[in-house]
Amino acid sequence: MLYRESGQFISDYRADRRLFRLWQERAGFYLLLVFAFAVVPFIANDYWFSAILVPFLVLSLAGLGLNLLTGYAGQLSLGSAAFMAVGAFAAYNFHLRIEGLPFLLSFILGGVAAAGVGILFGLPSLRIKGFYLLVSTLAAQFFVQWVLTSVGWFSNNNASGVITAPPLLIWGRDFSSPAGRYLLTLAVVVALALLARNIVRSELGRHWMAVRDMDTAAAVIGIPILKTKLLAFAISSFFLGVAGALWAFTYLGTVEPHGFDLTRSFQILFIIIIGGMGSILGNFLGAAFIVLLPILLSNLSGTVLAGLIDPGQLENLQKIIFGGLIVFFLIKEPFGLARLWQNFRERSRIWPLRY
Amino acid sequence: MEFFFEVLLGGLLAGVMYSLVAIGFVLIYKASGVFNFAQGSMVLFAALTFVSLLERGIPFWLTFGITMLTMVVLAWAIERFMLRKLVNRPPITLFMATLGLSYMIEGLAQAVWGAQVHGLELGISDEPLELGGMLLSQFDIFAAGVAGVLVIFLSWLFNKTRTGISLRAVADDQLAALAVGIKLQRIWLIVWAVAGFVGLVAGLLWGARLGVQFSLSLVVLKALPVLIIGGFTSIGGAIVGGLIIGASEKLAEVFIGPIIGGGIENWFPYVLALVFLLVRPAGIFGERAIERV
Amino acid sequence: MSSPLLELSHISLSFKGVKAITDISFAVNEGEICALIGPNGAGKSSLLNVINGVYQPDIGDIIYAGTRLRRMQPHAAARRGIARTFQNIALFKGMSVLDNVLTGRNLKVRGSWLEQALHIGRAPGDEVIQRKRAEEIIDFLRIQPWRNSIVGTLPYGLQKRVELARALAAEPRLLLLDEPMAGMNHEEKADMSRFILDTQREFGTTIVLIEHDIGVVMNLSDHVVVLDYGKKIGDGTPQEVRENPDVIAAYLGTSH
Repeated sequence: MLYRESGQFISDYRADRRLFRLWQERAGFYLLLVFAFAVVPFIANDYWFSAILVPFLVLSLAGLGLNLLTGYAGQLSLGSAAFMAVGAFAAYNFHLRIEGLPFLLSFILGGVAAAGVGILFGLPSLRIKGFYLLVSTLAAQFFVQWVLTSVGWFSNNNASGVITAPPLLIWGRDFSSPAGRYLLTLAVVVALALLARNIVRSELGRHWMAVRDMDTAAAVIGIPILKTKLLAFAISSFFLGVAGALWAFTYLGTVEPHGFDLTRSFQILFIIIIGGMGSILGNFLGAAFIVLLPILLSNLSGTVLAGLIDPGQLENLQKIIFGGLIVFFLIKEPFGLARLWQNFRERSRIWPLRY
Repeated sequence: MEFFFEVLLGGLLAGVMYSLVAIGFVLIYKASGVFNFAQGSMVLFAALTFVSLLERGIPFWLTFGITMLTMVVLAWAIERFMLRKLVNRPPITLFMATLGLSYMIEGLAQAVWGAQVHGLELGISDEPLELGGMLLSQFDIFAAGVAGVLVIFLSWLFNKTRTGISLRAVADDQLAALAVGIKLQRIWLIVWAVAGFVGLVAGLLWGARLGVQFSLSLVVLKALPVLIIGGFTSIGGAIVGGLIIGASEKLAEVFIGPIIGGGIENWFPYVLALVFLLVRPAGIFGERAIERV
Repeated sequence: MSSPLLELSHISLSFKGVKAITDISFAVNEGEICALIGPNGAGKSSLLNVINGVYQPDIGDIIYAGTRLRRMQPHAAARRGIARTFQNIALFKGMSVLDNVLTGRNLKVRGSWLEQALHIGRAPGDEVIQRKRAEEIIDFLRIQPWRNSIVGTLPYGLQKRVELARALAAEPRLLLLDEPMAGMNHEEKADMSRFILDTQREFGTTIVLIEHDIGVVMNLSDHVVVLDYGKKIGDGTPQEVRENPDVIAAYLGTSH
């Protein structure tokens, strides 16, 4: 009975398509925002900011980007990290080469550059589908990494292709402290998550899902397939590009092309499988899971299970657990943690009754 | 010109190795429609198990037997705990499951046998052989021979044995095969075990060449373009695709690489495969399904 | 109700040399319900696919609303006001009923993708208009209770109705229905017939449908075209067709 819709009559269509329909949802969301913006900065320490919260937020955003393409538009991709890399290196270059460019604008331009590359590698999706499309996204993965490594210009001729973040100055304020980087990342991620939530329930989102569920029928009712697919690639890559720029600037500080390798692409795919395909919330749940599990494991091996787990085996153990979880989720709950959360909500609507 | 042919032949022989990995893919794809990303980690697992047992002083053939038995057990576990529970799911789901599977197998292999590089000596000399003025690796020729024998063995298995015939029936139409009383689960077990065997052979040859190490599981990334070019359903296609990829990437690296900067071997096969896809979406040997509405 | 909306003249279609349709001509008047009947494999579905551009005919012309259509793609047909349903339901199974119906209105939507994504400009107002029209169709076909259900979870008969709703949402001038009553029981067929007649009366939509149940066809249609082995063997009012000796032969099987 904690969470229910009775008594809330929605009497016009505008109200029916609000981002959060029920007051419980709205209240929960605002409380969460207040907590994240106003409370967390005072209670978290630097370790939490730098090692947990910032990577969690950035990976959520990356998952969101991939989820738009794979979960909503149905186009599987193994090249997410490449689009992140484009975003990071483009943002770096925009900032470096255009005097006085506002910081946030260089993030956005980085995202736009990634969107352009996304469109390029999304072009084959008109003719090829399913696994075959993996080839195009893997081509993006390897080609982008190679270009960024072998063309010195992109890293301002750094010998090992490394780029370093400039001081994070926005409107004269320095956001370089761990708490500042956290707040900056949080603001960008919240804004883009709301944008994503709006997109998926707009006409554009319906086009994506129509193409995902049955593209021949979508064409027959007049949905332009190529435009829909390319927009999915572009917008997904935009999100990934901004995530890449954040990864380089607010999380790591310095990054090389190798930091955006295939393993990173897999990691982002795992986030959406565990978190839930076709869900916005799922990306946050999946990212939290993937950031926290290794920390939990290493803490466990140092304390409760000390002596039982050889520290050298931690990485292998992690791989086995992640792999196992992927298989487990695909078998038991293909819509991931987000669906588990939804089931819980449905339950709480009628709690304490069972039906 | 002689140098050109030398590079070409070297590339072709390297391509044989890609073909070997790709054949494992084709087998599984034909019988269960699964695009098995874990084929690479199966290669790693087999090679690592083999070399670790050999280093413990177990005779060659016994080691081979034990490793093969391990691969059968692995196939059984995959069928029992994964495939059986994913019947009737979309191919993309199955693919992602094999991605998870590959993480599990890699983690398991390294947890049991460690992550260090092992040398593997199969007793074949790698002294270059001079043939018509060109230098060729003796080992590569041996590998090509093994691949040939393997293909003959597999065609016999598929075309002449009862199992092979039911296997082709399953590949053609799972429901119809079930209806005539073919046990799907047994077929899957056999196919995954045979793919494990092919993985073992590929792992031994690759391992003898490059050392048995983690990078073995990455050959899966080369096999994908091979399959695109050859088609997912043809063993012959896998061979031809492997040869094309092997030869063209070596030629590209040697002749184009210096012009645009080295290290293009990583992405070149993919760009080539992409070009193929746009021109001939079903590969050279694959059949194109007619879409019905 | 007299000028033809759709005219097929001398249409032939073959797949890899196998003839599916041979030299078929007939006309469908504005506002009528025209039934295509014939045994399985007679080429009925192929003919629908030709009309809305899924297949291109080898030879022959399609004249629709006075315009000759050549090498037309399905989305171009949709733009001209031709909507259809499929023999094996082609709904978007992971989306809700409401969203499916809304996709049917995709050609009526105003506002660029950027306006939609950012919810600015024309998008917010347009969204409400489309929703209103979609709800009207949902009311018309009486599927309100399932508005927010995921289509893939609905029973077959309802899915057929949702598919009709999606087609009607496009406000078509010509509606092609491929076996709208296949696999339905008696009551469901009666409901569906009602909806089809109501569609014709309320919206003045011209309807071409394929149906196997001869009883339903005779009651429902103004005009019947009979196909057999890709050829037209009968064309006229239900009464005329019923008395046509070729049609009787094809259906009952006589030696020629």
